[in-house]
Amino acid sequence: MSGLPLPLAGEVKQDIPSVVVAKDHNAILLHSIDEAAVSAGLSVGLPLANARAICPELTVYDADPAADAKTLDDIADWCDRFTPLVALDAPYGLFLDITGCAHLFGGERALLQIATGALSRRGFAVSAAIAGTSIAARTLTRCASGTIAASGEEAEATGPLPVAALGADPAITTGLRRAGLKTIGDVAARAPHEISARFGAAFTTLLGHALGRGDAPISPRKPLPDYIVEKRFPEPIATDTVVTLTLQSLARMLVAAMDKQGKGARQLEASFFRTDGAVRSIMVETGRPVTQPELIDRLFRERLDSLNDPLDPGFGFDLIRLAAGRTELVVQQQRDLDANVHDNDRLSALIDRIAARIGGKRVVVHLPLQSHIPERASLALPAQHHLAAAGAAAWPERVAGEPPLRPLRLFERPEPINVPFATVPDGPPHQFTWRRALHAVVRVEGPERIAMEWWKQDGASLTRDYFRVEDAEGQRFWIFRDGLYESELTDEEGEPVPAKWYVHGLFA
Amino acid sequence: MNGARMSTLASLRGSIARIEAPTDTGLPNRIALGHAGADAMLRGGLAPATLHEVFADGHQAGAATGFITGLAGRLSPRKPLVWVRQDFSDRENGVLSMSGLTELGLDPRLLVTVRAADVDAALRTAADALACDALGAVVLEVWGNVRQLDLVASRKLTLAAQAAGVSALLLRIAATPIPSTAETRWIVRAAHSPPGSASTVWGAPRFDAELVRNRHGPVGRWIMEWKCDECQFSEPPAYPQPLAATPAHRPHQAQARAVRLAS
Repeated sequence: MSGLPLPLAGEVKQDIPSVVVAKDHNAILLHSIDEAAVSAGLSVGLPLANARAICPELTVYDADPAADAKTLDDIADWCDRFTPLVALDAPYGLFLDITGCAHLFGGERALLQIATGALSRRGFAVSAAIAGTSIAARTLTRCASGTIAASGEEAEATGPLPVAALGADPAITTGLRRAGLKTIGDVAARAPHEISARFGAAFTTLLGHALGRGDAPISPRKPLPDYIVEKRFPEPIATDTVVTLTLQSLARMLVAAMDKQGKGARQLEASFFRTDGAVRSIMVETGRPVTQPELIDRLFRERLDSLNDPLDPGFGFDLIRLAAGRTELVVQQQRDLDANVHDNDRLSALIDRIAARIGGKRVVVHLPLQSHIPERASLALPAQHHLAAAGAAAWPERVAGEPPLRPLRLFERPEPINVPFATVPDGPPHQFTWRRALHAVVRVEGPERIAMEWWKQDGASLTRDYFRVEDAEGQRFWIFRDGLYESELTDEEGEPVPAKWYVHGLFA
Repeated sequence: MNGARMSTLASLRGSIARIEAPTDTGLPNRIALGHAGADAMLRGGLAPATLHEVFADGHQAGAATGFITGLAGRLSPRKPLVWVRQDFSDRENGVLSMSGLTELGLDPRLLVTVRAADVDAALRTAADALACDALGAVVLEVWGNVRQLDLVASRKLTLAAQAAGVSALLLRIAATPIPSTAETRWIVRAAHSPPGSASTVWGAPRFDAELVRNRHGPVGRWIMEWKCDECQFSEPPAYPQPLAATPAHRPHQAQARAVRLAS
């Protein structure tokens, strides 16, 4: 495990000190400083005015916490190449759970050197350490970078470090120092109940973790995929052909790995690690578990073809990884006798392909909802996940011999129409203007009164009176008046106000 | 002109005559619409596994949607139906209502809707869907005159439909017909309800369907009624018709001419 506190990136090589300042309680304080500034006698937390007095030639930058967080996130993406379990330790640290990963890089020492070396080359100031518990590792990075403490030896490693390395509340650190407890070992030598009586139970727990007694769990950024296969390249690759071939061979490896346990992938993620540290991840989902490498390959090709910003290899990829994020047991069905099963397979493969190209939310199936409000009578859900549910859905049966009572096309948002007058206040209109065209009403059926769902929190809206009308051309509309005349449509004095009319749908 | 060339010409003429020869018997695999006049003109009905176009007259989206829904219901009664549309179409003409679809006699359980961002994506999705022989029909709904939907695109759709045996139905709203490889092309507008007493004002959906292109025969124009219970078209029941049609639904002169020129 390693943490990476990052003071100011050492990109500025001149001798003029540079500082980053941030506003804190209406005072502009130094937020982080570089080495030249340290040698000029500045320290973090000093007001900027004082810093200028000490060192007049000062380059000042404003702190940008959002950009810092983004950079840390990018570094975390890059660290995914070492282990899938990377956790953020805001604002400047990262935890990597390298259990079982170190041997892939030639041991813990070599891994530490690869990680710190690569980051230093990019101009970051890095300190890293490995220990059996995350808190012990973090404590070591603060004052003893490069230490590797074997499991069970954390107490010896952290003992000589100053108490500030624990990263506890500044008040506690000051309190410990005033009490004469300068190192972590000094504090550990006191009886635990004395420490917790003075500094609280949380600090005792932190101390215990730093000494290797128990561990705080880390929260990884991404859930651990069920299966991972990857290919590293000694020489970066950049051409599409090689990328495609690599994905194909990775798909075969992944399927072989899943096949041993009878699993199929529902969610796949391909990650492309560029040599310059940028990482691009592309995800595809499938409606049913995929067990054929050709299908995986085809889905990724569809997805890659349709990317808005195509995959940019830059100077090449040095690692391509394929992970199955979610897998399911594959139920083997008898195919030969039941042609229907076969058809459903092909339909769901088609849906997967379309979804990979234009997005899963754009391919929908429809499920009935228990509501009498016309626009809420059905629900469109992604077809990939709800195909089976939609196939078994129970729709209300149509009444035999009845002409259609509901329009075929329904406007998501009813469109206002202009009704000049109605013979009776709660009757149908004689003509109306919709989309700047005048429609003369020749036939009317209605009203059909639909009250809103008043028992719901957001259901208290006006009652609608629906009319089915036919105009002079034979077009049929579903129009409604929003609100009941004289009871709902009144102003403050109780006087009736004119109703608003809307067209809600078109009949066939 | 020498004899060899004459005989070539004669054999070519003969083969053209054979191709164009009208046969009284219905063509195989035709699916009858249910409307006797139209079925006779189409020699048995609509051919499955090919492209059919339905144009809405002006902005009459409702009638054209109803008609194409009917065609889809006839062509693939029990197989999944994929309906591809643009995002814009949802806002302009409304979404397909499942209760409305049920009342027309179709099964919402078999419907998969795809909303494409633009025409290119919609075309590509439709071509993809046509390659899947588990489907019964694919409806592609396109709004307005778009240059992407040219002769090449319609040829691709036709070939895809023939290869997999899936019917392709193209619904065009607010568009003018242009040459295409479609088997049939219809212009659909709403038809009046039959005159009747106030108690029977509302009946089955009625379409004024004009067949403007038919690859294997003449064209025509009929009033069709959709029978929701039997899930088929039919002739409207006889009723006293006014002698002269009211001018309200007579097509505009210029428009009618444009249609004739295009087909």
